[in-house]
Amino acid sequence: MKLRTFQGGIHPFDGKELSKNKPITNLSPKGEMVFPLSQHIGAPAVTLVKPGDSVLVGQKIAEAQGFISACIISSVSGIVKAIEPRLTTSGAMAESIVIENDNEYKKIAGFGVERDYTKLSKDEIRTIIKNAGIVGMGGAAFPTHVKLTPKDENGITHVIVNAAECEPYLTSDYRMMLEEPANLITGLKIILSLFDNAKGVIAIENNKPDCIETLDKLLTPEDKNKICVMPLKAKYPQGAERNLIYAVTGKKINSKMLPADAGVIVNNVDTVISVKNAVCNNIPLIRRIITVTGDAVVNPQNFCVPTGMCYQELIDAAGGFKSTPEKIISGGPMMGTSLYNTNVPVTKNSSAILALTKDEVAEKPETPCIRCGRCVSVCPSRLIPQRLQEYSNRFDNEAFENNYGMECYECGSCTFICPAGRKLTQSFKETRKSIIAQRKKK
Amino acid sequence: MSEQLYHVSSSPHIRSQVTTASIMRDVTFALLPSCLFSVYWFGLRALVVLAISVISCQAAELLYFRLAGKKRVAYECSAIVTGLLLGMNLPSTIPLWIPVVGGFFAIIVVKELFGGLGNNFMNPALAARCFLLISFAGPMTSFSVKTASSNIWLGAASVDGLSSATPLAVIKNAGNSTEALPSLFDMFFGFTGGVIGETSILFLLLGALYLVIRKVISLKIPLTYILSFSVFILINNLVKTGTPDFIGIARQLCGGGLVLGAFFMATDYVTCPITPMGKIVFGICLGIVTAVFRLFGNNAEGVSYAIIFCNMLVPLIEKLTIPAAFGLSKKGGNANGK
Repeated sequence: MKLRTFQGGIHPFDGKELSKNKPITNLSPKGEMVFPLSQHIGAPAVTLVKPGDSVLVGQKIAEAQGFISACIISSVSGIVKAIEPRLTTSGAMAESIVIENDNEYKKIAGFGVERDYTKLSKDEIRTIIKNAGIVGMGGAAFPTHVKLTPKDENGITHVIVNAAECEPYLTSDYRMMLEEPANLITGLKIILSLFDNAKGVIAIENNKPDCIETLDKLLTPEDKNKICVMPLKAKYPQGAERNLIYAVTGKKINSKMLPADAGVIVNNVDTVISVKNAVCNNIPLIRRIITVTGDAVVNPQNFCVPTGMCYQELIDAAGGFKSTPEKIISGGPMMGTSLYNTNVPVTKNSSAILALTKDEVAEKPETPCIRCGRCVSVCPSRLIPQRLQEYSNRFDNEAFENNYGMECYECGSCTFICPAGRKLTQSFKETRKSIIAQRKKK
Repeated sequence: MSEQLYHVSSSPHIRSQVTTASIMRDVTFALLPSCLFSVYWFGLRALVVLAISVISCQAAELLYFRLAGKKRVAYECSAIVTGLLLGMNLPSTIPLWIPVVGGFFAIIVVKELFGGLGNNFMNPALAARCFLLISFAGPMTSFSVKTASSNIWLGAASVDGLSSATPLAVIKNAGNSTEALPSLFDMFFGFTGGVIGETSILFLLLGALYLVIRKVISLKIPLTYILSFSVFILINNLVKTGTPDFIGIARQLCGGGLVLGAFFMATDYVTCPITPMGKIVFGICLGIVTAVFRLFGNNAEGVSYAIIFCNMLVPLIEKLTIPAAFGLSKKGGNANGK
């Protein structure tokens, strides 16, 4: 059978070998913990604590504000030291709650108490997810309770677990599928219980045959009526929502649509497992699985760490650097953010710390475009990046929009493949930002 | 601040290994088999012509960069490819100053004056060839000389004597059934007259295969070009005589610069459409224009003029073939028909 996939895409060096066989280990933080108030898409959360307050593990320290927002939960017990701007992975300062960890991990009442999800109503499940502060953990950090409350609940036909993990080097989802496959399936069943007409699909790239096999074995014949494991071709960006939906269902969505408009809901592996933890075990989202990897790291590993922990502590736990890295990236090499400083906190959308001894961007200087068309053939949105960059360079926002520039989701494939080293994605990010700002003004 | 700061840049943070220079190197490798064959067939003189045109292109580029104060970020070997293609489009008997004129014209007039690499709207090597054809029609269209004995300078072709006229010229003047016409086998292997790089279909196809395997070119343009050309000739056959002449079509395909042009010149990145649909339209246009030039024009050849003519259609073709983005239809609605 021909594997399902999408048109375009690239095959970068995947680097997963470095960390894929390292089981997830738990790390305990040492010093202060930093919780930025905005670690999700939407309005920042509003703080519920003030300096001097003592907090417990699992205590809500900031409340969601507005419809699209998420609350923030403390991952440690201790004293609130300050509420002040701190450096985050974006490179900017952001208002954060700083908690001095007392290392006692005193838990809030009810934390970890088991529950039977089949006895809960749909609304109860959604409220639990909301109060657990769960957001999409694939990177965008869209509040999960909002995603699970579409306008037309009965129109949802597919609930897809995004297990593609197409970014090079990342292995956290891979490890979670091998180590907690039952939790993943339970989490999916919980989400399916919200949508009467939906089928569950666990979509995995075919470079993870062990995950496909493990999950498939765990599904009982009865489960298989509603849930299936679907192998997809390993290709970047297979895990991008629009490509994934197309590969699984054949439906095409554009930038103006939500997946729910096509009857689809997509959730990342760890999001689904967090839903299970919140609903069945009353454990809110207070930890992340982080891959610390790259050729500069002594001992690449997968860690389970509380949110708010400092990146530098994770790097130290992985043995530090064997040689001075040129570049440190939060997230994968294709869409991650480079860091100039490693004293930034783990947030809900952190996924990896990648330390590279070579900066390939600096090593490939920008030369004239030779119109080779490689950017066109890899673009998953079927754009003409070469022309879009021309418009972008001359600040022609109108032509940029008319040529579908707003359909770009900045996957970086064109920039990766460009033989002339042109920074196409960077141009598009700038132009897209300026167009969105213009729209807001109107 | 005493702590170390790391590099930052916008994502993506990794790059593929392919560079402009590596692409140009691949094209050069792909052209080598037919160049080597031409040295055997047309003698060392062919090698000298090739060398002179490569050197003059490179020299012209260096000169222009110096005069215009242009700075080079990375050396990308494009002048070498232009030089090689120009040399391959000249007869081996050409006076040796002509490739120098051609090389300077190609690089300075066609390429650099329009903004340099990536900005020329015509294929520089072909534009230079056409310029030379118009300016020096005599030497540009006279091919190998006959000598009594084998001669390393003039190559195997000179003994054979087969190559005094190109097969297409024979067809044009005497029709498709004349004795003077070389066999299809000779035409495929390249034992015929013509410009240095065009005669051996076999070695050109080997080079093209290498480019396809290395993913430097796609077959969209060459195949649509060859197909539409053949169909046009076929229709012409049917209209004129009522019977299809497949041998004649094969001769048209193997003769002249069609294969060299289709695989190595029409696929020139800078001067072909970048849109997927545009490439197909471009190929079809090329096929039709080439066939019209060959069948109804005064010259037996038509590929060079056809390609530079179609080069000028590229902006229009591109404009008309911008595809709708994923999930959208051309009219602006979404692709699921909602």
